[in-house]
Amino acid sequence: MAKLGDVAKYIRSKSAGPFWVTIDIFCDDAASFDRIVRSPALAPRAIASLFGVSENMVRQFPLPGINVLKMSFPRRAVQGAPHDVDSHAGQYFVPLLSVDIE
Amino acid sequence: MTRAATKHDLRQLMLARDKLGVPLLVGSCGTSGTDAGVDWMADIAREIAREEGLSARLGLVYSEIEPATLLPYLEAGKIAPLEPALPLTAGRIFECDHIVGLLGYEPLADAIKNGADIVFSGRTTDTAVLSAVPLMQGLPAGASWHAAKTAECGGLCTVETRRGGVIVTVDPQGFEIEPLDADNRCTPYTVSAHLLYENSDPFRLKEPGVVLDASDAHYEALDSRRVRVTNSRAEAVPYTIKLEGAGGTGYRTMVFSAIADPKILARFDKWRANLEAHLRYGIANVLRVADGDYGIEFRAYGKDALNPVPADHVPHEVGLMTIVWARTQERATEIAKYCNPVLLHFPLNPDDPLPSFAFPFSPAEIELGRHYEFKLNHVVRVDRPDALARTHFETIGEEALHG
Repeated sequence: MAKLGDVAKYIRSKSAGPFWVTIDIFCDDAASFDRIVRSPALAPRAIASLFGVSENMVRQFPLPGINVLKMSFPRRAVQGAPHDVDSHAGQYFVPLLSVDIE
Repeated sequence: MTRAATKHDLRQLMLARDKLGVPLLVGSCGTSGTDAGVDWMADIAREIAREEGLSARLGLVYSEIEPATLLPYLEAGKIAPLEPALPLTAGRIFECDHIVGLLGYEPLADAIKNGADIVFSGRTTDTAVLSAVPLMQGLPAGASWHAAKTAECGGLCTVETRRGGVIVTVDPQGFEIEPLDADNRCTPYTVSAHLLYENSDPFRLKEPGVVLDASDAHYEALDSRRVRVTNSRAEAVPYTIKLEGAGGTGYRTMVFSAIADPKILARFDKWRANLEAHLRYGIANVLRVADGDYGIEFRAYGKDALNPVPADHVPHEVGLMTIVWARTQERATEIAKYCNPVLLHFPLNPDDPLPSFAFPFSPAEIELGRHYEFKLNHVVRVDRPDALARTHFETIGEEALHG
């Protein structure tokens, strides 16, 4: 068991238009990529619960060629909405750092 | 974006354009691409032309849309929501202060074909600005759109992302990309990974009238700094234009205060809940502002403004941002001013000696002005790519003076 922040090389989040956020998890090699892609802690259901969105809106794209797992889902607060605290969604990835990976 | 910085960059581009005799395209002028943004750029260009003794033909492609213009499209069922939006209503359209349509490449290419040396367009997809020239020269859609998407953020598709831009060369079989900086490099990894950026789907990129499909694209290093990309595909789809619209919701005033006292921080959640209850009571009973006529939020930066923390977490310092929303600026500021002495002195327990917290500014309240929200997340089906564009031509510089 390890934290995703230690297994992945680099994780980033960014708005993809004002209504969606996209998160890219970069891995150093195929072994760590396979490990995170198989992890139940990163399955759509777990992501939905971590970010408070509905499971059927979570889209995931494993990219084995570059060892990246990409995921996108609608933002909790639309960019610029009164309760939005992160206009460019630059810090959305942070809760993922401490997710446990088997 | 400041006028001085924009003028500095545009001057270099206009001088280079004049020397090389090639078209110069700038999209989404003023960032949001409203008509005012296009006029702002044109004004800067006129000034540069005068100062440098340049002359050029400007093509100004506007893409702002009057709300009423959309009604026939709405009635004809030609406006569709994008996830997670709801179907559009006429009421929603009229809530917008400004609406822009994201243009495709065609109106920009038409402006060049009609003699423009410099094209300033309103809201345009980032990629259309770059795909316009290869597409108008008849190069393949797959390679042109893929090249444009790759180069849209300049050096972001290179190894050292902050070392300047890139140059892309599109040909009938694909495209090649290299950094402008001789010491920087593009690799198959950096080039293919850029398709992830600000894009919810890494393989399929929706543009007006076309979907770029890069799922079978092939990336090959030509040498240590250049990459060749082939096998990008494009499929034609019905021509739709994405709409962006924003409208005001009210006005905000902010107060920033800071707390380092460990006694308060040890019981911060209780302190904040008591503070909020105390202020809400006073706003209702002293200022006589009803609940629905204002909003107030207390963000504890250093504790949980961005993400929740465990219940026993004690921060070292908290920057408390109090944000007040109301229908007028005056009302928002009145409420903020009412909060100020309480934010300065609110105790943990009613019988505690009066604490004082740290205000970085005086006056403590800062007016944030009007607050806007995005109102539209929809596409409109149009019969022609230029259906929602308006193009004006103008000669600037020497020729305008003497011609």
